[in-house]
Amino acid sequence: MPQIPMQTDPTEQPMIQIRGLRTHFFTDDGLVKAVEGVDLDIRANRTLCLLGESGCGKSILARSILRIVDAPGRITGGSILYHAADGRTVDLAAARPGSRQLRSIRGSDISMIFQEPMSSLGPIQKIGRQITETIRLHRQVTKAEAKEEAIDMLARVGIPRPAERFEAYPFELSGGMRQRAMIAMALSCQPRLLIADEPTTALDVTTQAQILDLIAELKDEFQMAVMLITHDLGVVAEVADDVAVMYMGKIVEKSDVFGLFETPSHPYTRALLNSVPRIGMTTHERLPAIRGMVPHPLARPSGCTFRTRCDHVMPGICDRREPRLKPVPGGEVACFLHDKETTDV
Amino acid sequence: MSEAILQVRDLTMTFGGGKRGPLSKRTAGFVAVDDVSFDVRRGETFGIVGESGSGKTTLGRCILRVLDPSAGSIRFHPQSETPVELVGAPTAQLRKVWRKLRMVFQDPQASLNPRLRVIDIVGQALQKSEGLKGKALADRVGTLLENVGLRREFLHRYPNAFSGGQRQRLGIARALSTGPELVVADEAVSALDVSIQAQTLNLLQDLQEEFSLTFLFIAHDLAVVEHICDRVAVMYRGQFVEVADTDTLFRAPQHPYTRALLQAVPVADPRARRKRSDLSEPVDIGAGSGGCNFAPRCPHATDLCRATRPPTRTVAGADVRCHFAGDI
Repeated sequence: MPQIPMQTDPTEQPMIQIRGLRTHFFTDDGLVKAVEGVDLDIRANRTLCLLGESGCGKSILARSILRIVDAPGRITGGSILYHAADGRTVDLAAARPGSRQLRSIRGSDISMIFQEPMSSLGPIQKIGRQITETIRLHRQVTKAEAKEEAIDMLARVGIPRPAERFEAYPFELSGGMRQRAMIAMALSCQPRLLIADEPTTALDVTTQAQILDLIAELKDEFQMAVMLITHDLGVVAEVADDVAVMYMGKIVEKSDVFGLFETPSHPYTRALLNSVPRIGMTTHERLPAIRGMVPHPLARPSGCTFRTRCDHVMPGICDRREPRLKPVPGGEVACFLHDKETTDV
Repeated sequence: MSEAILQVRDLTMTFGGGKRGPLSKRTAGFVAVDDVSFDVRRGETFGIVGESGSGKTTLGRCILRVLDPSAGSIRFHPQSETPVELVGAPTAQLRKVWRKLRMVFQDPQASLNPRLRVIDIVGQALQKSEGLKGKALADRVGTLLENVGLRREFLHRYPNAFSGGQRQRLGIARALSTGPELVVADEAVSALDVSIQAQTLNLLQDLQEEFSLTFLFIAHDLAVVEHICDRVAVMYRGQFVEVADTDTLFRAPQHPYTRALLQAVPVADPRARRKRSDLSEPVDIGAGSGGCNFAPRCPHATDLCRATRPPTRTVAGADVRCHFAGDI
């Protein structure tokens, strides 16, 4: 695994530019702002980790990119510009649901793997059939060619006896093997972006290590962008190049992985890093927990959404306006502590 | 160190097996807990770690006697009472034991009856065992709620009015209601978000001090176990492969499986990235098939390992079930 993140050319255009994205859920109880004004770039050949606790909107952000947000949720604002390999630019946020354009991108240019490999694989079709279906949907190949490619792919993701497993049903595989099959399916059309939503959360640690290694390896081999969604700081530290921390539908901090762990800027990021027990660092003393809990999504605090739990809250500032992402050394942070203009006033 | 509150000897739990009917073949059954012996000392937190399917939950359920162990003995020794043998104990006797021996479950969503109010969920054992009702019950349950950091006013709410972390606090209050001495916590913080997990771990430690509790803490998260436990047992395919003080186990793991497990845990430090374990996929064999259960995945396995079950030996302060502990 590379110790130093690859240098990115700042002039190089990101593959995906998300600007001001809003995905809201119109529930019977009220409006839930699951994603509320997110700006994010996804670059080729880099792993971006989206870090956050449950309910922070990280999965909905990912699903918004693929346009698979379930009702009553829908994108209500912003854009998701996808710069395709052939030079075209598509605004995924504005594309018509179910359109040919969207379907040709989904599963081919951008594909996704989910947390539960059992529930995201069809239970009554053989593994091989599910992979060849994807291949034949997006590319003009014969059945025999698709089968050959699928078996190659199964071998590539480390499934022993791939020709046999091609004929297996999902229930015949272990959890780790199922996730490998899922990855094989996602990569069968050589996507430019792989979105992995908590891909190892349901797996044991020894299996998790193998799957993370596999994703990193395949990323280098296929020069893909990877967007990995997780709540596990350990996973972030192991695989990320860049990190975006989410809280209540907003990105509160963006940084490269070293900056995030060494000089975290946002009070939420700092508190999160402190509240996790780490192997070899334990003192058996109390953990510095973040006080309180995430506010109810229907009762978003005014101003900064983290202010109700923040140890550095500044009355009269944090509750008045929403902090925007501002550049700091090594990244960007949305916090008035780092916003000169506000604190000087 | 203080005396044992729980002594488990040669405990085995086999599922299935035997003859199903007069014409069926005799089958071996699945050995979920395989010849496990250990002591839990009064006042400590004893951790059991293992991957899914290793038998840690089954072991916890055997100790609570929700399951009937196939063989072995479990002696529970509450303070100033005579020790009780739990294996084979009649339900009437267990009812008394269950006041001193309580459980906190993993899923705070599934383990609270959605149709009961907090006062009935937390106070159920008090209603049944002490016949408490009315104001006396409300007072006791209110105090329990305050003990776990919830407000008295929550007495008449239903579980769906609470967040995951608060629900887990309700589960803890319920476990505390009868004044237990030993609490079995099965993945009690696994379903919680990191910030809530830290709060809950702190709460467990505070309660342990306040009520002199002993915890049997079953979990798969090694960092959490290292943080909260005094001693740790590593379980693999039904057996304890290593038991040691927490510091010993995490600093100098002896069993190859413990090492592989520790190596596989992602470290929250991007500068510490390294090659992770090359442990092969688990092989589907039933436990107790001749040799060492870990041999099919062990990089050091020899013919001896595949043929003979390793005995438990004490090496460098750890009880290790490996033929070559200390040499590898």
